[in-house]
Amino acid sequence: MGTRDLFTFSNPHFARGVGITAAILILTAIAGFIVLPFAQPWVQFANVWDAICSAAGVPQRAASVTAPEQAKRLSEVVLTSHTLSRPSQEAIGRGATLAQRCAICHGPTGISRADSPNLAGQYAAVIYKELFDFRSGARSNAVMSPFAVNLTDEEIADLSNYYAYLPRLPAYHPTPQLPKPNIVIYGAPMRGIAPCGACHGSLDNKTGSPWLEGQSEAYMKAQLQAFASGERHNDISQQMRNIARAMTPQEIEAAAAYYASQPPEVVKAVD
Amino acid sequence: MLANRKLILAHFSFAFAVFGVALTLGAWQMFIRSPIGTWLSNPELYYRSLTAHGTVMGYVFPTLVAMGFGYAISESALEQRLVGVRWAWTGFWLIVFGSVMAVTPIALGRASVLYTFYPPLIGNLFYYLGVVLVVVGSWIWVALMSINLRVWRNAHPGAPVPLAMFANVAGSYLWAWTAVGAALELLLQIIPVAAGLKNTIDAGLARIFFSWTLHAIVYFWLMPTYIAYYTIVPRAIGGRVYSDTMARISFILFLVVAMPIGMHHTFADPQVGAGFKFIHSAFTALVALPTLLTVFTICASVEIAARLRGGRGLFGWIRALPWDNPMLLALAFSFVMLGFGGAGGLINMSYQLDASIHNTQWITGHFHLIFGGAIVIMYFAIAYDLWPHLTGREMIDVRLIRTQLWLWFIGMIVTTFPWHWVGILGMPRRMAYFDFGDPAIAPQALSVIFSVIGGFILLASGILFLVILARGMRAPQADAGAYRFAIAVHQPTTVPVALNTHALWVALMIALTITNYGYPILNLATTAGTSVPAVYVGAQ
Ligand code: HEM
Ligand SMILES: [Cu+2]
Repeated sequence: MGTRDLFTFSNPHFARGVGITAAILILTAIAGFIVLPFAQPWVQFANVWDAICSAAGVPQRAASVTAPEQAKRLSEVVLTSHTLSRPSQEAIGRGATLAQRCAICHGPTGISRADSPNLAGQYAAVIYKELFDFRSGARSNAVMSPFAVNLTDEEIADLSNYYAYLPRLPAYHPTPQLPKPNIVIYGAPMRGIAPCGACHGSLDNKTGSPWLEGQSEAYMKAQLQAFASGERHNDISQQMRNIARAMTPQEIEAAAAYYASQPPEVVKAVD
Repeated sequence: MLANRKLILAHFSFAFAVFGVALTLGAWQMFIRSPIGTWLSNPELYYRSLTAHGTVMGYVFPTLVAMGFGYAISESALEQRLVGVRWAWTGFWLIVFGSVMAVTPIALGRASVLYTFYPPLIGNLFYYLGVVLVVVGSWIWVALMSINLRVWRNAHPGAPVPLAMFANVAGSYLWAWTAVGAALELLLQIIPVAAGLKNTIDAGLARIFFSWTLHAIVYFWLMPTYIAYYTIVPRAIGGRVYSDTMARISFILFLVVAMPIGMHHTFADPQVGAGFKFIHSAFTALVALPTLLTVFTICASVEIAARLRGGRGLFGWIRALPWDNPMLLALAFSFVMLGFGGAGGLINMSYQLDASIHNTQWITGHFHLIFGGAIVIMYFAIAYDLWPHLTGREMIDVRLIRTQLWLWFIGMIVTTFPWHWVGILGMPRRMAYFDFGDPAIAPQALSVIFSVIGGFILLASGILFLVILARGMRAPQADAGAYRFAIAVHQPTTVPVALNTHALWVALMIALTITNYGYPILNLATTAGTSVPAVYVGAQ
């Protein structure tokens, strides 16, 4: 007995096996691709073929609906963990020259003496993204935006590389180190808030998230409030807005105070 | 007589050693995320452990048990020395090497991606290469099972293939084909990204490839258990297999319908069309059929044993069963867990009901009950049954064996019942931390504590299992005789070619894979703009 006797319709096992399998397949296909799509009164199909395509998952563009006009400009930056990963010495040098005009607010060593953010040793991808967003208008600030509008892509990259290269220094007015509040290490799972530390250091770091240790308390609080109100909206996929909206004012205070009180040495050495 | 005892013993020993380690991690996970553990303050450690536990329990342990058992079946059922012993050792060492290669980056925190890989999350290249080596090692076993059967057929033209070997080879073919899905995912999508050749990945397509593997792998895990139901238990308790044909049909059905149903794991995925989800759901319902056939046949086989021992009455025969026999005990426990697990499975496969338990602790409760419970308890039984033949020594600890099985059964129930319950209440799976102080989830704390207690009972049982096997290696020598399998009430003298070969059913399995997966895969592979940037573990 060889396969020749097996694969023939005169073999009852073959006929039955193939027949039953095919019958089940056809019946379930009719149910899944024709009957069930039409059983949904809230969806309209032009014809049977339309229903089949929809059930098969053929990508469709709804012709009649135009994409809603975006009221606000959103960030267009794409970041990967390779963004600006290997800067050259020249790029850093050019960045240093360009950075002289930033020093009034962000400090000559990259540590601010006002409540502007500290930039020394910040991740390059973070600075890169913010400068792009200021330039495109996705983020705006009366002082910062005019500086960004005239930067070229290369200048933005150079500045980012330069600041990332600077050593991480203590804040201008260091405060005593505070213990970790719950929002930083646990988040608030029932409100859908991941721990701050899961992206911003303390627990882990995610691409595009700044490390926050030693940052100005007033600045961080203002940013969280701006995210919560939607006034700031350049976070990709609303990552920060969703979180900030769900935070209580006390949690915002606690997180800002905690990160402001941390020395930069505690930033996880990942690079 | 088993000629290659060392080979089989090597498979079982390595399998059970890594099982012991992974079991400890499992118990720790349950404890550390419960209200009685103190929060680690570092979820990464939890995911490291979870990745190691899942990788070992999902890929390494059951594969080695199926392989070792497969070699034993080939030698004893066919009464023929294993052909290709060198290759078998190569496969074994590939798996050992692959396991070490995969676990090292996990331990270093470079591959905390969980055993389902979770693209676009990307871990260290060596983790994936290690998993590939494990699969390649097991494919050598598939080839050897097929070759050994062919050698036997040539020597016995037209003779019925012994049931154990028929089922064993069916299981190996199922595995060979189902592993292709994950292999495609790894080779075409994940490994190029992990090696730095690309930095985007089509996560939706990757999930479809994984679902190709994810369901039938469960039936591959299940195969040794079902083979033990049919061919070990009736012999061990003095019964007969009620129907050899029914057994063959069950294994054939597993081969055909276990494969084209994996998209029941992607019911919540937007990239799959609803029509395909329906087809997969309908075929999933069919896979209950071989299990129901099996339960029926085995109950009938056990009844035969009871009646042979003088049992009477409609149910009175149950009392006449040899309840002190560990094989019977394992079977009974396995069936109870299979029953509860199967009932839960009906919920998972229903499109609408699934939505309420999707990605909750219900799922982990469910597969621990089926896999860790119904399946693994029969792995224990297989080991106990084979051990005297492998070591050439007596198994003296029958009472300890019974205690071990009882503990596993009780532990599994105590662990998984509350685990299901908190899932229904909405507790998500794969979370490293739960704030049970929050009033919203405080009522679940008690259930989770029960699961922790169950987990430690399981750990105790697992340790006892290893102790019994170790003591079995030092017991007095005794000749266990030839290793035999159960015979049927009507031992077949001729079997129709379709029930004696696998070709037709393998062809149907492949055909259904093409009909049920072909279009969704092609569609995703050819649609532009479906890739997303990879997220590298440990990168900021
Ligand atoms: C002491 C006994 C065990 C305990 C307490 C235990 C506990 C756990 C826990 C807590 C998880 C993580 C679930 C989550 O948070 O999503 C897990 C995952 C897993 N367990 Fe177990 N386990 C045990 C035994 C087993 C056994 C015997 C097997 C199978 C042989 C197994 C297979 C798995 C698999 C494959 C995963 C991966 C799940 C995933 O990645 O979501 N476990 N286990
Ligand atoms: Cu499945």
